[in-house]
Amino acid sequence: MRLLITAAMTSIAAPALAGEATVSIEIPRLSVAEYHRPYVAFWVEGDDGGRITNLAVWYDVNHKDKEGTKWLKDVRQWWRRTGRELTLPADGLSSPTRAPGTHQIAFNASSKPLSEMPPGKYQLVVEAAREVGGRELLRIPFAWPPKDAQTLDTKGESEIGHLTLKLTP
Amino acid sequence: MKKVISTALLVTALSAVSVAAQAHRVWLLPSATVLSGTDPWVTVDGAVSNDLFYFEHFPLQLDNLAIVSPDGKPVTAQNLSKGRYRSTFDVKLEQPGTYKMTVLNNGVFANYKIDGQNKRWRGKADQIATAIPANATDVKLSESQGRVEVFVTAGKPTTETLKPTGVGLEMIPVTHPNNLASGEKATFRMMLDGQPASGLAVEIVPGGNRYRDKLNDMKVTTDESGTFSVTWPNPGMYWMSASVQDDKSKIKDARRHASYATTIEVLP
Repeated sequence: MRLLITAAMTSIAAPALAGEATVSIEIPRLSVAEYHRPYVAFWVEGDDGGRITNLAVWYDVNHKDKEGTKWLKDVRQWWRRTGRELTLPADGLSSPTRAPGTHQIAFNASSKPLSEMPPGKYQLVVEAAREVGGRELLRIPFAWPPKDAQTLDTKGESEIGHLTLKLTP
Repeated sequence: MKKVISTALLVTALSAVSVAAQAHRVWLLPSATVLSGTDPWVTVDGAVSNDLFYFEHFPLQLDNLAIVSPDGKPVTAQNLSKGRYRSTFDVKLEQPGTYKMTVLNNGVFANYKIDGQNKRWRGKADQIATAIPANATDVKLSESQGRVEVFVTAGKPTTETLKPTGVGLEMIPVTHPNNLASGEKATFRMMLDGQPASGLAVEIVPGGNRYRDKLNDMKVTTDESGTFSVTWPNPGMYWMSASVQDDKSKIKDARRHASYATTIEVLP
């Protein structure tokens, strides 16, 4: 009985799954004359910048004639590291831009892409670019697979608010 | 950098011809070098000017513009126009990969004397025999090979168009020219007629000099393998250029002046 309660208390919105990583990102509400929801790319890279794993790309997928891909290059570091090698849209990777507020994406360690990540030191990298706005890139270092439950976070200054990585072994 | 001997001739003749000159800089400036999306377009400006990258002197002649797509096929530029200070053309990038856009200016200059009078002529190599009178004396010929080019990539960079042509002065990127970032080191190789050009002085100038006091140019010399490296101090567009004087013209008794200029973009 006690075990069940403990498990329930360490989970977030869903029952604790064996091996999970959840990224929580706050898209800030900005007071600008012309607001566009940012393009955001989420990926994992090794400490040396290699071993790249793409997690998600939020862009204007619904633009007609795939025109939304025209601005993918503005997510500069991501484009250069990995984005330009991809064909988008891609199932399970690309989805529409999000409105201001907090959003979560969860990954199961036993499914791709996390299941293919060898143990080691990594960084979660999140880069946002906003049309007629700025750019911001945040990093959260972490070890994979996690030995214990962790909540790692950081905060941006302009285009990204709070960014949190919750790891469950 | 070695200076041309017959300076008077070259400087005046170059006023309307876009051959790389000691007095001016010749350049192409693409609207972007890194592009994404389906069928992106680029607009490229061309000019001869002093300051980079400002239009204040002459437009670049686009007669000898050649664009090569990633698979080696030629591409036709669109919407070509020549204004007072700049020329412009558009290119639709229908394939993913790296494109090369080049303006070649090959010409011959001649200084000669007729009855003690100094004469000058400028034209193409195949016109020399008919252009210079038989009674000309003190004929001095100078062949000019000028190459101005830029590289533009849509999607994933490729390397097919980075290969040398083996004619004149060329830059062969070791670091892909559309993969440059501020603070990182890039390496390039200069080749002359397909051979490494060692001991060559290369000038690198960051754009935007109207708004600063120092030129902030960098001068590097190629090593025995014709290679040089540069670590980019800031993001922006940079102009890189070099030139060579020798006797290796294919035209009999002519001096050869080969020059190269490119504009590369360094991203943050």
